[in-house]
Amino acid sequence: MPAVKETVEQVKAIDVDQYKYGFETELEVDKAPKGLNEDIVRLISAKKNEPAWMLEWRLDAYRRWLTMREPTWARVDYPEIDFQDIHYYAAPKMNAAPKTIDDVDPAILDTYKKLGIPLREQEILAGVQQSKVAVDAVFDSVSVATTFKEELKKAGVIFCSISEAMREHPELVQKYIGTVVPVTDNYYATLNSAVFTDGSFVYVPKGVRCPMELSTYFRINEKNTGQFERTLIIAEEGAYVSYLEGCTAPQRDENQLHAAVVELIALDDAEIKYSTVQNWYPGDKDGKGGIYNFVTKRGDCRGKNSKISWTQVETGSAITWKYPSCILRGEGSRGEFYSIAVSNGRQQVDSGTKMIHLGKNTTSRIISKGISAGYSQNTYRGLVSAHRRATGARNFTNCDSLLIGNNCGAHTVPYIESKNGSAIFEHEATTSKISEDQLFYCMQRGLSEEEATALIVNGFVKDVLQQLPMEFAVEAQKLISISLEGSVG
Amino acid sequence: MSDVTPIRTPAESALIAAFPAARKSLPGNAHVIALREAAFNRFEAKGLPHRRVEEWKYTDLRTAMRDALPLAQAPQAATLAALGHVADPFAQLDAYRITIVDGHHVPSLSVDAIKGVTLRDLAASLSTGDGIASLGTMAKADDSALALNAAFMQGGVVIEIAKGVALDKPIYLRFLVSGDKPHAIYPRVLVTVGEGASATLIEAHQGADGIAYQVNGVVEIKAGAKTHIQHVRLNAHGDAAIDLSSLGTDLGEAAEFKSLNFVMRPALTRHQVFARFSGEHIKLDVSGAALLKGKQHADSTLYVDHAMPHGESRELFKHVIDDEAVGVFQGKIVVQQIAQKTDGRMMSQAILLSDDATMNNKPELEIFADDVACGHGATCGALDEDLLFYLRARGLPKPEAEALMLAAFVGEALEKIENDAVREALEAQTQHWLLSRAIK
Repeated sequence: MPAVKETVEQVKAIDVDQYKYGFETELEVDKAPKGLNEDIVRLISAKKNEPAWMLEWRLDAYRRWLTMREPTWARVDYPEIDFQDIHYYAAPKMNAAPKTIDDVDPAILDTYKKLGIPLREQEILAGVQQSKVAVDAVFDSVSVATTFKEELKKAGVIFCSISEAMREHPELVQKYIGTVVPVTDNYYATLNSAVFTDGSFVYVPKGVRCPMELSTYFRINEKNTGQFERTLIIAEEGAYVSYLEGCTAPQRDENQLHAAVVELIALDDAEIKYSTVQNWYPGDKDGKGGIYNFVTKRGDCRGKNSKISWTQVETGSAITWKYPSCILRGEGSRGEFYSIAVSNGRQQVDSGTKMIHLGKNTTSRIISKGISAGYSQNTYRGLVSAHRRATGARNFTNCDSLLIGNNCGAHTVPYIESKNGSAIFEHEATTSKISEDQLFYCMQRGLSEEEATALIVNGFVKDVLQQLPMEFAVEAQKLISISLEGSVG
Repeated sequence: MSDVTPIRTPAESALIAAFPAARKSLPGNAHVIALREAAFNRFEAKGLPHRRVEEWKYTDLRTAMRDALPLAQAPQAATLAALGHVADPFAQLDAYRITIVDGHHVPSLSVDAIKGVTLRDLAASLSTGDGIASLGTMAKADDSALALNAAFMQGGVVIEIAKGVALDKPIYLRFLVSGDKPHAIYPRVLVTVGEGASATLIEAHQGADGIAYQVNGVVEIKAGAKTHIQHVRLNAHGDAAIDLSSLGTDLGEAAEFKSLNFVMRPALTRHQVFARFSGEHIKLDVSGAALLKGKQHADSTLYVDHAMPHGESRELFKHVIDDEAVGVFQGKIVVQQIAQKTDGRMMSQAILLSDDATMNNKPELEIFADDVACGHGATCGALDEDLLFYLRARGLPKPEAEALMLAAFVGEALEKIENDAVREALEAQTQHWLLSRAIK
């Protein structure tokens, strides 16, 4: 009977969702009424004690959003979103803004602990973790805590929530916000500009190498809410910063909207490394529930020889619509995009990048690995373009797709536009399944089919995993094997 | 797709206004008239394709086609006499010749009969309904250019190759555009190849320079099981012409189909290929080469639908782009869920010879089956400096060294032509182009 037992267990393992961050935290919540109108925009702005120019900026965006239509060009399919059925602001109730970590609701601290993100500095130091990571924890619509602020301040680095930055450093925010992703950019970015609630702000001054990894952890907890965060990272001349982003949400039957905007600005010789491990709730096996992840991420290599590098591991979300891009404006600047997108169940991924070569001798590199299993659809959509003045531009693109099972789809839609004779672009893409020979080889050496698949998949995505910071690489590797569980056999 | 309905351009309005009269004067029985009307309605709903239409993103016909032209009439004897002086690019070719002038089949300049082949005049067939049962079923897509041709098709030929016939000579379709005045020309050719037959089809398109005529042609090829077909198209339209061309093919089991499109002169051209795999073990090879200069714009668009298992497709496109010319390649390989064991390779390469040249590449894969091996590659860049240096170090002047490299580059696509005389003729055209560039 062992075979039967094993089968039963396997089926169970597939049945019971493997999403381990699906719990919910019970909290008293301060919520804006459902719906979206100018009053809600005003309310959000008032809640954040924002300067008047910010409110005007938001209202402008809102009015423009009303005239826009939802984009339909992506290869994703979902019922129409009722934008009036969402709470645009939800924050855990707090008597006053927490001054120290001890003022933060223990339930929230517990939540983060459960997620493996300790927010108390002494815990981090006492923990097994070797290197320090400063964390900004965003819970629904607000940032609840930012660690290691003092230590960073000594180095001159500003790392705080964007609401705080708006109060403490309005000149910096006003100077840079919306300069990479303009208010008018696209439907979701415009919506975000109107209603964004929180997010992280990083400013690394001239010549400073940020002493530790910075990280933001996004958590959607409340029902019927959308999360609209905005992140702004500025690296001044010669600065360096590495930033990580993680996200999870409870397991629910209804879909929730996450529409973020991330703007990166790298000046002369600066370097920004932005890594994401996206693990929003993907919905159950029938495609019920899950997060709609409609995100606009863009970096601007404004200075000479600046560099922006995006690394992403996408395993979550019911729908991913995300194209982290680089505008290579500065002479000799460099953009990189490394991506692993794993889709299983009924997930739909439409992701890729844009490398826009404007300056001379700009270079870019795209490595994208898509893995589709179950009934999922996984699309790579990317643009590489060289403008008239981008003499000597160089791009290499490699996008590979792996199909596991007979009901999924893998698609590649690259746009390669060269308007300069000296630009050299190379693009290659392949789609295949895991080779029978490789599987046989591994299984012959005693691995189960699932283990063998995991091993081969890990080899397939290695190029990208290597780009992740140490702490994340291990986590990401685990995540990929979890997402693929149940996809074989 | 954008659901914004833009204001009608003068060209669109004129086309719409011209249809009622054209419908009456153009040949066609009731069935054909219904076909024309359905196609016209599709066109009327969508208008001319523009850059917001994804499939036409890089070729904005709405801007390029300023006005609609009067339909070309059947050529007069004097016109045909004048065309006698136009040099034939395949003069040396031993072939069955069929001449089509201004979209009208000219029997006096065409072969009467070919053994094992039924030849019909398309205009006559449109009226009688003979041999056109499958008309419009191969080139099938929601596409405005196709719809326009279906609405306005004037003439051409219907070629039916019987089962098992192996043609001893190629069938050479020579399309000529006469004249001193610009016209709109809508030719269509329907080819049915019976089971086990093999044939070579050559097309040459020529017209006068300096006249902004418009051609919108469709060639449909129904390839039966185990057929072997080679198709070559030379596009040497006049330097002010707008040429839209669609090739639709439906392939039967174990069919082998090779097609190559060679672009030289026209101001704006788009060649679109729609290939459907209707049987197993099919081999498809679609390739193209374009030599572009001045302000030329050449678009190659493919749609390969692997609808059956064990199919193989190979695509190779070469663009050489000089001056301010624009090259476009859009290739889409679709692999349906049942099309297991599909093997698809697509390659697009471009050499940009000037700083103002543009190349837009969009190779797409859309895959729903897991046991497949599909890949695509795209490159664009300037000529390799090291290779150039190597050749010059051996005493070749720069223009000659460049010509040698470019000839080799284009040659990779031309190599696919099985018929020696045809390949040599296109190689000669390439040399001529390279020479004129070197002298400049």
